[in-house]
Amino acid sequence: MGKPSPLVISNNIRKLRFNHNEMTQQELAEKTGVTRQTIVAIENAKYSPSLELAFRIALAFNVRLEEVFFLEDKNSPDF
Amino acid sequence: MSFQERRAIASLISTILVSAFYSAYMVQRYPEASAYSVEVFHFWGSFFLILIPVSIVAKIIIYILFSIINAIATREEEPAITDERDKLIELKAQTTSNYVFIVGFILALSSLVVDMPPSVMFIILLLSGIVSQMISDISTFYFYRRGV
Repeated sequence: MGKPSPLVISNNIRKLRFNHNEMTQQELAEKTGVTRQTIVAIENAKYSPSLELAFRIALAFNVRLEEVFFLEDKNSPDF
Repeated sequence: MSFQERRAIASLISTILVSAFYSAYMVQRYPEASAYSVEVFHFWGSFFLILIPVSIVAKIIIYILFSIINAIATREEEPAITDERDKLIELKAQTTSNYVFIVGFILALSSLVVDMPPSVMFIILLLSGIVSQMISDISTFYFYRRGV
């Protein structure tokens, strides 16, 4: 069995914030109970949040989890 | 640069300053006795025991100064909470720091095995403590900057 291919978790947080009355990073941070720096890190794909925080973010936008986060496979042809 | 990154740099500077000034002050009090005398062990015992409260007090003072200067310079408020990312970074930095200290501890014991004076063992122990703290601060800065 070989090593699994590397996965990249991307997100639509920036777009969702824009679509929700241009919600600021600070407002989203307060809604989800984390610091603004953590929201910045998630947006820039420098931090993959826990499942709980991922759901909190989805709840803050009132959308399903997969509308916020999606998986990209570096080896897939459409990556 | 985020607040956490600046705080890691402040902690690194305080570690270097406290270690340097305290060691420079204490080295003048090193007893002029045999390397295996009771005075030498007494010196190193008091060196480490006094270092603990001195470093705690100095770090608190430096941290307060950093918070004041940071608030004046950037007008950015200190984050009121410690979230899951902060805890993960702290854990990873602490783990790296522990590995460094374990290597230093083994080296310190090895110095006794090869018949070096006890002072060499204490110096290696002290250096591994300082370096591990510095590695912890550098790791914290690195994880905040590059992601975790």
